[in-house]
Amino acid sequence: MNTILHEFTTKIPGWRPRVQPIKLDEATPEQLDALKVTPSNTKVSDYVLVLANDVETLKVRTPLFNAIMYNRGGMGRAERELSAVGASVVNRCVYCAAVHASRYNQLTKDEEAMQRIFADGEDAALDERQKAIFLFAAKLSKAPSEATEEDMQALRAAGLKDDEILDLILSASLFGWANRLMHTLGDPVVEEQ
Amino acid sequence: MSELSPNDIVIAQANAAQSGPVRDALTGRADIMAMTQATHDAALKPGDPGGLSHGERAALAARVARLNADNKLAAHYMALLEETGAGDDISAMADPAHKGNGNTRQAALLTYTDLVSTHPRDTTPEDIEALKSAGVSDADIVRLSELNAFLAYQIRVIAGLKLMKATA
Repeated sequence: MNTILHEFTTKIPGWRPRVQPIKLDEATPEQLDALKVTPSNTKVSDYVLVLANDVETLKVRTPLFNAIMYNRGGMGRAERELSAVGASVVNRCVYCAAVHASRYNQLTKDEEAMQRIFADGEDAALDERQKAIFLFAAKLSKAPSEATEEDMQALRAAGLKDDEILDLILSASLFGWANRLMHTLGDPVVEEQ
Repeated sequence: MSELSPNDIVIAQANAAQSGPVRDALTGRADIMAMTQATHDAALKPGDPGGLSHGERAALAARVARLNADNKLAAHYMALLEETGAGDDISAMADPAHKGNGNTRQAALLTYTDLVSTHPRDTTPEDIEALKSAGVSDADIVRLSELNAFLAYQIRVIAGLKLMKATA
């Protein structure tokens, strides 16, 4: 029996779609290409099979996602994960928050920042740079108009350079996208013992 | 490394093409900006639009831009809407005050779009059920969600770039 998870966690839950995923054995060549299905890689998550219903967008979204989160240079990977968590907490995407908080923890070997964020949200006690990044991502996520020039000054005061600020904008905005898929098209679920 | 295209929508919208620190940062992420433009084209003008026409997509995009108080972006989507040659019934969807006028399917698309664009945290399984009940197919629900999700991204990138420029 699966139950829907409503609380933030760093333990990655399952995900149960609210709409029908495509069936792999009925997929078009274009869908198979977008899913990166090869004879040696036939494992595709329900989430990606749901998104394959709109294959043209999926095809261009996946490389965009990877480039924003993993391309070299600019803001470090852990800080991009922090930005993703800022958006996911505001948008209450429990699944996205779990994935990206756990990645942050793996990259930094520090679990306390995420514990504080999950407990206290925007009031979480963080160092100056973490705080500036988290708050900017959270505010931009609530509504674009919530993020202000003062927030931008706080980022610069915390030492972020222009290339890092751009990566912060991109990663926070990207989770405006990801949260709106993951949180609306399915539910995070846990196996009941 | 790809070249930066100053006519890409987010760059043009944020007036970020002129030389300076913002342009320099964007040049370092020219590949991402090109991919961003590609996602715009896939969400707004897909080769196979399924049950969500190009006109409906442009009208919904103008609506979401207005819900986010971005009138310049709304103007871009109104021009795109005009290009699609959509009739008045579809063009009406661009106005946030229009709620569907008794058209069940259209009303469901608008209700869902208004919620997801501004309060995604409040969405529930019932919101997806409401679309299904109004006759929107599962594939079209995914198309509608991707359109909304893309717009949330695009609007925020533009807003962020404007702030960067203002404080550069």
